[in-house]
Amino acid sequence: MTEVAGLAPELAGAKEGQGQVPVASAGERFTSYDVEAFEVPGGREENWRFTPLKRLRGLHDGTAALDGAAAIEVGGAGGTADARSADAPRGVTVETVGRDDTRLGDGGVPADRVAAAAWSAFREATVVTLDGTPEPVTISVTGPGAGADAAVHLQLRTTAHTEATVVIEYRGSGTVADNVEVVLGDGSRLTVVITEEWAEDAVHVGAQHFSLGRDATVKATSVLLGGDLVRISPTVSYRGPGGDAELLGLGYADAGQHLEQRLFVDHAVPHCRSNVLHKNALQGAAGRPDAHTVWIGDVLIRAAAENTETFEFNRNLVLTEHARADSVPNLEIETGEIAGAGHASATGRFDDEQLFYLCSRGIPEDVARRLVVRGFFGEILNAITLPELRERLEAAIESELAISGV
Amino acid sequence: MSILEITDLHVSVTTDDGPKELLHGVDLTVRGGETHAIMGPNGSGKSTLAYAIAGHPRYEVIAGSVTLDGADVLEMSVDERARAGLFLAMQYPVEVPGVSMANFLRSAATAVRGEAPKLRTWVKEVKTAMSDLDIDPAFADRSVNEGFSGGEKKRHEVLQLSLLKPKIAILDETDSGLDVDALRVVSDGVNRYRAAGDVGVLLITHYTRILKHITPDVVHVFAGGRIVASGGADLANELEEHGYEKYAATGSGAEVAS
Repeated sequence: MTEVAGLAPELAGAKEGQGQVPVASAGERFTSYDVEAFEVPGGREENWRFTPLKRLRGLHDGTAALDGAAAIEVGGAGGTADARSADAPRGVTVETVGRDDTRLGDGGVPADRVAAAAWSAFREATVVTLDGTPEPVTISVTGPGAGADAAVHLQLRTTAHTEATVVIEYRGSGTVADNVEVVLGDGSRLTVVITEEWAEDAVHVGAQHFSLGRDATVKATSVLLGGDLVRISPTVSYRGPGGDAELLGLGYADAGQHLEQRLFVDHAVPHCRSNVLHKNALQGAAGRPDAHTVWIGDVLIRAAAENTETFEFNRNLVLTEHARADSVPNLEIETGEIAGAGHASATGRFDDEQLFYLCSRGIPEDVARRLVVRGFFGEILNAITLPELRERLEAAIESELAISGV
Repeated sequence: MSILEITDLHVSVTTDDGPKELLHGVDLTVRGGETHAIMGPNGSGKSTLAYAIAGHPRYEVIAGSVTLDGADVLEMSVDERARAGLFLAMQYPVEVPGVSMANFLRSAATAVRGEAPKLRTWVKEVKTAMSDLDIDPAFADRSVNEGFSGGEKKRHEVLQLSLLKPKIAILDETDSGLDVDALRVVSDGVNRYRAAGDVGVLLITHYTRILKHITPDVVHVFAGGRIVASGGADLANELEEHGYEKYAATGSGAEVAS
């Protein structure tokens, strides 16, 4: 159930250093804005080997035209009024910009072919700048519709010492490849919740580029619920010391669903911190393809990154048969001067003994399963400070449980 | 008054070599207000009896009947049995990571009582029950049985007994792994619950020491998957003196006969 590979960086698949031989370090991974700089993946490359390429609808090989349109709305947490209007919330600036906007790319550079394809294809980007202490902002991305595919580009920016909360909600049908840049100014604190609440048919391959200024703090929570295939690759980099990234996440995969989270935290400057906790629950069904989750956690502490403190943890709860959880934590340390570093991965079954114990106290089977799943995800959901959002996600998880009637 | 009737119960367990019969015809009646002790050597099938009554999926009833106040227990799911008034304090309580004891107890009480207990009175009720068993209130926030010592697990089993108020309680080796003080606390808890109502208790044990704290009305000797002798409390003393040897032959004889 649990697979632990050796050094498993992202380079394979790029023209330089590609092939069956893995590169020596995640730090050597290839990046480019140009889709053609990447070889078309065949499925055996380290960074594609868990992804069912056939289900990517051509995002990886250039056959997806990416000519559809995904709707992007920016509003307050409570409503959908477009914040591009004059009555935008105080401290929130929303711009639609062209490809030539010089700020694009501040967050990072694509590290796989789909991210580069999205970068090469988007026509307009949405840039949301947060300043001061604005009210929570919600950005909703709605898929282009069944049968269509679209490239999306989003950038969030915080000015120095801003404190803000942003929710990015993905929903709708179709196929989306995107890059989300999150560029934090010095000393700013950003809480961001990203929810994948897609319709059943949707395919989403996304790259998230977090770039933290000096003493900046980001607390990101990813919630992967919907879609046929969702593959998200967050990258965290630090532009100055004192940066602090907390990345929480949960995924709930049911029959046939593929949920993949591929993380790369690049500690290249001293005195930074990262903490990662990602939890998946899997619920398959007989006669259907497996429920599948993949978690890759690459953390690199470069020689210059003294006094780094990092911990990453992936936990998977397998609720039924017909489920597969792959988990590959990688920690590379190039300096002896670290404050602390650890990684862990645990995959366990919700077993008959637990079920028997709870039921033997009168608790009906469905309630017992819900108790266990709720308890499992509680740590992640409780960190979401927007009560309405948290309740909506809790309800969504409960209904996932109810669907298959396990 | 409640009555648990077990008649000619045959139970098998699934093993790698196919099903294996462990109980070869158990007859036993426990009435509310009575305490029955079942004593026997390891491997005689005592725990199998407990799990079969509770409905553990590993055990299959191949013949016989179990009824509670006339209702067919074997037709009920595990949770239905508990809601009907059966309770099994387990020898090895199961750890359930992620589910807090407080949440678990409230969910169980809600299920068994048919409605959620009122929060104010519930909090007080749990507090009192925990302090009766010398349980630190901090346990309420910990995951069910996770990282608990053997003694802490047993205390929590008796805590559940006192909160869920079953008609018939089966205590499966609740005394095992307890030191003298813990044994007294746990026994006092069971006795308090016995005194509070007409509960029927089926006390499964390997040793006589718990019977010095919880006095049984009837003692049964279990060997070879069935009851081979029954008597009053003094039968326990005899067992303590002479051991199970005398009954071992009867037990294995029964196995051959089956």
